[in-house]
Amino acid sequence: MLAAKTVMEQGVHVEGINFFTGFCVEGHTHGIRERDKAKPKRNNSLWVAEQLGIKLHIVDVIEEYKKVLINPKHGYGANMNPCLDCKIFMVSKAKQWIVENNFDFIITGEVIGQRPMSQRKATMPIVAKESGADDLLLRPLCAKNLPATLPEREGWVDREKLHDITGRSRKPQMAMAEKFGIDDYAQPAGGCCFLTDKSYSAKLVDLWKARDSKDYELDDVMLLKVGRHIRPKAHFKMIVAREEGEGRFMQGYKRDYISMLCTSHSGPLVLLDGSPSAEDLYLAASITARYGQGRDAEQVDMAIMEKDGSERTIQVKPLAVDKLPEEWLI
Amino acid sequence: MREVLNARRLLCPLPVIRTQDKVKQLQPGDQLEVICTDPGVMQDIPAWCRINGHKVLESSSGGHEYIIVLEVGG
Repeated sequence: MLAAKTVMEQGVHVEGINFFTGFCVEGHTHGIRERDKAKPKRNNSLWVAEQLGIKLHIVDVIEEYKKVLINPKHGYGANMNPCLDCKIFMVSKAKQWIVENNFDFIITGEVIGQRPMSQRKATMPIVAKESGADDLLLRPLCAKNLPATLPEREGWVDREKLHDITGRSRKPQMAMAEKFGIDDYAQPAGGCCFLTDKSYSAKLVDLWKARDSKDYELDDVMLLKVGRHIRPKAHFKMIVAREEGEGRFMQGYKRDYISMLCTSHSGPLVLLDGSPSAEDLYLAASITARYGQGRDAEQVDMAIMEKDGSERTIQVKPLAVDKLPEEWLI
Repeated sequence: MREVLNARRLLCPLPVIRTQDKVKQLQPGDQLEVICTDPGVMQDIPAWCRINGHKVLESSSGGHEYIIVLEVGG
């Protein structure tokens, strides 16, 4: 927002690009969980574009992003976040976009030293070079600490009016925001990507390990955001809805997964990922019963729905609360 | 011309992306009805319309579905 504003102040026409990888935190739990629906919700990139009065182009990069996540040249951060490769990828996509849409250069809000992995003095030239953007990549917030780029050398922007911010502190940006009259802004700091989340990353690694492949589909990515994930055996996993909103969202996946629902007592919808045997289905049903109102009953009725819509009901004894091994919980 | 876009089961920003892609194929004055299940579209699609010069004609919800009708701008 500040980088865009800095360049717009010089009379440059700016439009925004937002890349959707599938792992963006942006509002997804609001879209699923009942308890979150009362919270105010906004898409930050749309909101920022509206505040700046610029157009925003949201680009679906889900498929292309797979190769970044599956095999990052520069490795992962603390969790499954390939931050440097991600930045290189997004700048390369931005370069492609400006060529296709007749724009002259790219700006980002990067600041030297702001982030431990992807925003260091040493990584700035790596992003510019490996993305192919080279000196078409201008970082207005720290430009004075970097070699002059083409837009500066050509006089498209005045380098003297750019900034020299460094380090992790956001005080200079807050002061700049105040100067611009901006009193509300997003504070991402890594919190905008599920891949920086320890719990989400553990579920992703479990998925890859179970399938013996690092591939994934968008539905996998979405379902990792939902429910309790329990893996009683290597070849199947349970996804247990934690509340009504999640259950409703998971209903949409009943054609893709075997599902379970207790019919004698209220309880959560459960999806089964993998290839459970008949014996496994009984175990899964007893675990499912443990999360419903019939958890203390001698026996409950559990409906098992196959992907083709056929349904049967079995009777199971709910698994005792203390009989669920900790290591099954992902 | 009026077209319908099924964006059910998609979570934001995917309904916005699908709307954006569909609008590119339409002409100014055409109408697009977007049917969604993510309540976030009630904020996101109107915001997207405002910044890109399109007009929201109707928005409604019921039965866990959210419907927005927009008119493509010039």
